[in-house]
Amino acid sequence: MFRTALRNVLAHKARLLMTVIAVMLGVAFVSGTLVFTNTISQAYQNSSAKGFDHVDVVIQPENDDDATGRPGDAPRLTQELLEQAGQVPGAASATGTVSGFAAIADKDGKLVGEGWDSRGANYYPGKDGEDVRYPMKDGKAPQGENEIALDAKTADRAGYKVGDPVRMSIDGPVIEPKLSGVFTTDDGNVAAGGSLALFDTPTAQQLYAKPGEFSEIEVQAKSATSQAALKAEIDKILPKNEAEATTGKKLADDQAQEISDGMSGIRSTLLGFAGVSLFVGIFIIANTFTMLVAQRTKELALLRAVGASRRQVTRSVLFEALVVGTVAAITGLAAGVGIGAGLRGLMGSIGATVPDGPLVFTTGTVITALLVGVVVTMLAAWLPGRRAAKIPPVAAMSSVHATASTKSLVVRNSIGAVFAAAGVAGVLGGTTMGGDGKELMGLGAVLLLIGVFVLTPLLSRPLIAAVAPVMRLFGVSGKLARQNSVRNPRRTAATASALMIGLTLITGMTVIAGSVQKSIDKMATEALSADYFVSMANYTPLSTDVEKQLAQADGVTATTPLRTSPAHIKGENETLTGVNAQTIGKLTKLDFAQGSFDAMGGDKIVVDSDTAEDHGWKNGSEFTVTYEDGEKGTLRVAGVYEGNEMINGIMLDKDTLAPHQREVTDMQLMLKTADGASPAAKDALKKELGNNPAILVQDKKDVSEAIAQVFTLLLNMLYGLLAMAVIVAVLGVINTLAMSVFERSQEIGMLRAIGLDRRGIKRMVRMESLVISLFGGVLGIGLGVFFGWAVGELIASALSTYELVVPWGRMSVFLAMAAVVGVLAALWPARRAAKLNMLAAIKAE
Amino acid sequence: MTTTPLAHQATAVAARATDLSKVYGQGETQVVALDQVTVDFEQARLTAIMGPSGSGKSTLMHCVAGLDSFSSGSVRIGDTELGSLKDKQLTKLRRDKIGFIFQAFNLLPTLTAAENITLPMDIAGRKPDKQWMAQVIEMVGLSGRLSHRPSELSGGQQQRVAVARALASKPDIIFGDEPTGNLDSRSGAEVLGFLRNSVRELGQTVVMVTHDPVAAAYADRVVFLADGRIVDELREPTADGVLDRMKRFDAKGRTS
Repeated sequence: MFRTALRNVLAHKARLLMTVIAVMLGVAFVSGTLVFTNTISQAYQNSSAKGFDHVDVVIQPENDDDATGRPGDAPRLTQELLEQAGQVPGAASATGTVSGFAAIADKDGKLVGEGWDSRGANYYPGKDGEDVRYPMKDGKAPQGENEIALDAKTADRAGYKVGDPVRMSIDGPVIEPKLSGVFTTDDGNVAAGGSLALFDTPTAQQLYAKPGEFSEIEVQAKSATSQAALKAEIDKILPKNEAEATTGKKLADDQAQEISDGMSGIRSTLLGFAGVSLFVGIFIIANTFTMLVAQRTKELALLRAVGASRRQVTRSVLFEALVVGTVAAITGLAAGVGIGAGLRGLMGSIGATVPDGPLVFTTGTVITALLVGVVVTMLAAWLPGRRAAKIPPVAAMSSVHATASTKSLVVRNSIGAVFAAAGVAGVLGGTTMGGDGKELMGLGAVLLLIGVFVLTPLLSRPLIAAVAPVMRLFGVSGKLARQNSVRNPRRTAATASALMIGLTLITGMTVIAGSVQKSIDKMATEALSADYFVSMANYTPLSTDVEKQLAQADGVTATTPLRTSPAHIKGENETLTGVNAQTIGKLTKLDFAQGSFDAMGGDKIVVDSDTAEDHGWKNGSEFTVTYEDGEKGTLRVAGVYEGNEMINGIMLDKDTLAPHQREVTDMQLMLKTADGASPAAKDALKKELGNNPAILVQDKKDVSEAIAQVFTLLLNMLYGLLAMAVIVAVLGVINTLAMSVFERSQEIGMLRAIGLDRRGIKRMVRMESLVISLFGGVLGIGLGVFFGWAVGELIASALSTYELVVPWGRMSVFLAMAAVVGVLAALWPARRAAKLNMLAAIKAE
Repeated sequence: MTTTPLAHQATAVAARATDLSKVYGQGETQVVALDQVTVDFEQARLTAIMGPSGSGKSTLMHCVAGLDSFSSGSVRIGDTELGSLKDKQLTKLRRDKIGFIFQAFNLLPTLTAAENITLPMDIAGRKPDKQWMAQVIEMVGLSGRLSHRPSELSGGQQQRVAVARALASKPDIIFGDEPTGNLDSRSGAEVLGFLRNSVRELGQTVVMVTHDPVAAAYADRVVFLADGRIVDELREPTADGVLDRMKRFDAKGRTS
């Protein structure tokens, strides 16, 4: 039996080609993902492990604010502790570090790197006067307020040479210290593309902490002392509840764990999309094997007639699948390694700096890839295999084999209807349940998708019949194409379903993303009347000088800071937002249910309705608050407003809050100009701030565009990933058409003989392809919009301004795409059909 | 029985092959399917081409019908020389001037009987001649079954649809490739009767390839092929007469 099966595979090489490619692509996606994520996470782990080379024990402040009774205040480490730590038995030396944000501008005034990975720290010379972590490549270590050192990559990117003034900013104002030296480092942040600026320790302390305080102490052990032993010694000297010691190994392990956790998220996402592709591939495999079995009916019946058991027949089909799956998996694996390497290169070319490292290719990857390829293929071939076993031996004698009975379609339709109905009910039920409807909706969506898939053969007839008038315009080719497309409804359905799945996901995502984007725009324009928003590039606190400076600038009519401060209210953590009580009313357009901003000031505050409801407050309610400095105070509610995701929580006058703040800084400024937002006004503001690289000046459009950018990027990535599923679906269409052409070669030969020219034949195949693709497209887009709407209902319960936006433009693009898919998929089968040798075709059989 | 020279014809010629040769392969493996065949097919006549298998009878028909290319010589349908035509022109010629009947019926299963019959006109984008259609359908006796699909018709009925399809566009000449090969003798007789009627009553020209002497007996004239050459012909044949000739070729074939 196995020899027969193997011969069959070889005999049908060409017809199995699309199946092999489909499985291969899926496997390549899976193995590519594994290779890529393994490689990247290995590289990051290596670089982070290197970063801990010089560290045996780290002392960090304990970040438990409740223990000190002062909200949000982390204790810092003192010079005294540093000296003690350096002298415990087994300690070779101790290094104190302070670090924070440091924006470096290049020569054009642009920020180097991203806001979040622009760091500054202190250069801590050891006994020999050098800091082992930062070997100087050029120049010397920074000394005094007016010198800094930069890591080599950053200096290189920004074009600074030793001796140049470096344009930079820590918390707002621009400073221009001299570049004293350039160093190299194993710091993980720098390896990943961030920038690092070093000051001498007193300057760094001045900037990031308080004189004599450190944010971290690193202790190096003597060569005979283990990290654990050193930690035990250090634990003895640590002040209780204020600091804790961790070994360097644990920190490295934790970071490695963090990296691999982060990677596993990416990996699961990518594998999810690979799963979609493979799932789509299943349809192609099942189609191909169904056809192969149908074509071999006589042969299989003969095998049965001469004594092969049903199980042997099924097994022979499955064995064919095994061979096909193995070949596809092996080629897919090879392609996957290429993809993994290519992806890393791609990331490098789009500017994301990835640490170097060898390509990681594990046995796990090999086994997963092979298993996935083989299992998927055999799973898909299982049903055709069972059908093959059902062929009666007598079929060997008769010329026609009974096709699938109508009864089985009745059963199929009933099952499909039940699934679809349950699915719709689940999704609709989910929309009424607000945030709790997620599971129900997910279940409903899966059921509906299955239901629609099961029902596609039934749906294909009316839907395709609906286009008959259009098809008639294309004469006899159009008419024949339409009829051919519904001739084998199961096959058409499986082919269209493959395309449907991809388009459902794509459309659903587009609907959701577009709607959320719109709601954010609305939020920005409706709730705020400020023209500009000013913040640090990395959204760290901004010096209060910035507001003072801008308030006096020409054309600025009103400003307010937004100062956030942690607080305890009735034992719960809340955030207080300090604003300018006089101007906030001019800068926002909030709906007040009770009271207004006018009453704000002193102990009178305003609060959003959700928070008010949580605490049972209304206008005039009094409550006790514990400020971040630990002092208690009484505040009174003077207004309740409708909050949104941009403005919410408790707002009070900044002057009430300031005395309790450890450091008075602004998170953000809002300001209004006399003439509204304009490029000139924005430039003027930027100029007023000295074209500072660290400060972001955004108008409303910038704010919503920044958010839109995130969405667009996300959406484009999803499109890219789903494109894979669409490509597999295209293979499916090609496969189905090739099968149709092959099966109908006699008809095609006859049509040619009685006078249909090659163009007519080509057009017929193309139209059939178009019909199938558009059918899948319409189903997919329809389902996608429905799912998008349903998920939107869930989002709406959390996002007050949510509004469904049906992306008609995009949808027509998708439909056009489905049409293009149809035309492209038909290229090769149509050519084949047109080239068919008429006589051979007519004589066949 | 007399063997009249092929060139001597009383009636007009619908199709003519002159020194027609068809050679497959090259060198040692070369096979000559047709060897300088010259033959006329007269208008309003039913001509049968006979010969043992491998004699080249189907090849001759395919070449004359514009379905296959030939190596040398010339083929004319009416005034059109086929040798100089491109595929596109050949297709058009087949569509407008030629009708076909195949052994395996070759109907489109998705179309009804009526749609199958008008298919050549649909392809050409022409409206069928209603009166002619009625006449043809009446003749083949399909009036009650026009809306049936091929799968709902018997083999004989399917071939009648095929005959009607071949006649529908009033072609200059109809070629049949073993038109009764897949039919039982009664259905076969019916189909042959229609073909003969279409010649006698409707004035059509029919050329058919067959290896069945009974079928050949319906023809006005039988042309015998052996080893790619015309070896004999018979006018007003009877089944016995044809069988008799065939036996002679077979015997010759065996002894040679």
